[in-house]
Amino acid sequence: MAYLDHAATTPMLPDALEAYVAAAAHLGNASALHAAGRGARRLVEEARESVAADLGARPSEVIFTGGGTESDNLAVKGMFWGRGDAEPGRRRVLCSEIEHHAVLDAVEWLERHEGATVSWLPVDAAGRIRMDVLAGVLAEHGDEIALVTAMWANNEVGTVQPISEMSAVCDEQGIPLHTDAIQAVGQVPVSFADSGASALTVTGHKLGGPAGVGVLLLGRDVPVTPLMHGGGQERDVRSGTLDVPGVVSFAAALRVAVAEQAATAERLTLLRDDLIARVRHAVPDAILNGDPVNRLPGNAHLSFPGCEGDAILMLLDAAGVQCATGSACNAGVAQPSHVLLAMGADETLARSTLRFSLGHTSTQEDVDELIAALPTAVERARAASAT
Amino acid sequence: MKVLAAMSGGVDSAVAAARAAEAGHDVTGVHLALSRNPQTYRTGARGCCTLEDSRDARRAADVIGIPFYVWDMAERFHEDVVDDFVAEYAAGRTPNPCLRCNEKIKFAAVLDRAVALGFDAVVTGHHARIDAGVLRRSVDMGKDQSYVLAVLNSEQLSRAIFPLGDITKEQVRAEAAERGLAVADKPDSHDICFIADGDTRGFLTERIGAKPGDIVDGESGEVLGEHNGAFAYTVGQRHGLGLTRPASDGKPRYVLSITPVSNTVTVGPREALEVTIVRGKRPIWTDGVARTEPIECEVQLRAHGEVHAATLVADGDEVTAHLRAPARGVSAGQAMVAYLPDGGGDVVLASATITGAERG
Repeated sequence: MAYLDHAATTPMLPDALEAYVAAAAHLGNASALHAAGRGARRLVEEARESVAADLGARPSEVIFTGGGTESDNLAVKGMFWGRGDAEPGRRRVLCSEIEHHAVLDAVEWLERHEGATVSWLPVDAAGRIRMDVLAGVLAEHGDEIALVTAMWANNEVGTVQPISEMSAVCDEQGIPLHTDAIQAVGQVPVSFADSGASALTVTGHKLGGPAGVGVLLLGRDVPVTPLMHGGGQERDVRSGTLDVPGVVSFAAALRVAVAEQAATAERLTLLRDDLIARVRHAVPDAILNGDPVNRLPGNAHLSFPGCEGDAILMLLDAAGVQCATGSACNAGVAQPSHVLLAMGADETLARSTLRFSLGHTSTQEDVDELIAALPTAVERARAASAT
Repeated sequence: MKVLAAMSGGVDSAVAAARAAEAGHDVTGVHLALSRNPQTYRTGARGCCTLEDSRDARRAADVIGIPFYVWDMAERFHEDVVDDFVAEYAAGRTPNPCLRCNEKIKFAAVLDRAVALGFDAVVTGHHARIDAGVLRRSVDMGKDQSYVLAVLNSEQLSRAIFPLGDITKEQVRAEAAERGLAVADKPDSHDICFIADGDTRGFLTERIGAKPGDIVDGESGEVLGEHNGAFAYTVGQRHGLGLTRPASDGKPRYVLSITPVSNTVTVGPREALEVTIVRGKRPIWTDGVARTEPIECEVQLRAHGEVHAATLVADGDEVTAHLRAPARGVSAGQAMVAYLPDGGGDVVLASATITGAERG
């Protein structure tokens, strides 16, 4: 079995699992005032400090959430409402065309239901956000903009964006930038302070922690309207009793992921470059998508002209090799990837892609297994497309 | 064998897939997405083509322990089945979309794709038997689906597996429950899967457009009423004719024929429906051997219809069935399926598309 879908989820790190089990044995609501509550609170606050230290943030900037989708929604909707309340004229959202659906759909919802005006930021053929377009929109509509949202690294094609450059130009006009850094953390260096972003999304299960726990790093002076109302546990921005073992485990995973990031990146880059070279050797017309240089170390995203990605995926799965088409499903029916379409691919090519993503447990054997199974799978998928 | 099980989300296809896996085949489950918008087809218990059905199928595959995928066949289905359905009605014929789906989708588009991907056969939950390439009726005559499979040629049949032919529907449900399949009690699907509310006339009117015309008595030539589109009528139909005046003999009227050119629906008394000669075209011989001599057999002229003893005469692309006793309500566009009676399950000999019928 070769697991080449770490960008979807990656195995829990031993430290994270151990921390989870240990914390789960503790009794205590972190909001309670008695001894049990204090014990739980101590675990949560230590986790918060640890997360802050690992991501270049202050502890007060760490908001624990129920995962990446919640963090993205809280940032996009909460910042739109928060800024709009203070300055009603700011109803424009700038959003890249290659965002994850957790951001994309939240923005589209604001457009449909909350009267937001959206400026979609296009990307070039390598998936890099067009800085010239961003500058143009900022110049033209600067005083109407509530927020800009742009991901740190794309989950499908792996292209890494110049986030600090973007936040610098936004900052000149006092416009907050949210960045979804879910794929970036643990793969490339991420510092909230250095990025200049006002808000940054992270999730646990992409970096070796548990699913269902995420973080939104949120600058102290960024106005945000909460999505859920209740006890106001997290800075009055996010309500709900904290999942203590989840939070503790998240912090433990993040600690390892960040400490080992440089070494992991170096190892995965070598492995990934080998994977890409051997795929191209086995299937000479395969096309590498995304930025060839500024890409996530674990990401290899390729198009196989004349094939449907779905068909190759099924055949590889049968051969024990697990990967993803990288595109969203509608009732289980694969849709052409909006990321590839934004990069200028046509629908057919956008359906012909596969994402192989490496992570902390990936080995040379995984790549060997892929290369052994791929040529037959591609040949059959090509024949199936011709029927 | 490496086989692909088509899983609709219903109980039959789930048990069929489970039986194939138990028989030692390497089974992969596939749900066919046939709707362009999965939310628009029928919902709930009437079942097929919905998101819920797709999930039911996936859940069954997980319990059986086989891989499961969704294949998008919406475009092909619309071209080959839905558009064909509308065009046939517009031409005054009465098509059977299930039959067309088997012929063009399940055992053509899906089978071809499966073979290209390295599969040996397609498994479905149809109630019919197949052994050594011979297609036979199911042991459950009430659920038998050999009629809608009779359009398959020998090559298609050689790559088809129907694991349910030797058990009844009741046994299928009991077996589903034993296997822990949640669809054991799911109601049967009825009617036409792509017509959400079961309103075929409304569906056709929406696509073809209302075309008012006369309902004429075939014997007297009198105009007995008006219709909104001849396509909405089927030969043999009695109810819902909307006649504004009674026929001169005072007897009920039935649809005898539909003439799209003059946009006329011709009606007549029940006995005028009786035919003894049924003509068809495009014969498909399930064993691949075209017969030239007259054959004594039984013919079935619509799904779940009665059978008629007949002599079948084939001449190239044309087939004629001479019925021993008259049949009623024979519609062009339906299939005429010839069976050879057999104690081990009647054998499907051939099918042809009905082009017309007359009194001999």
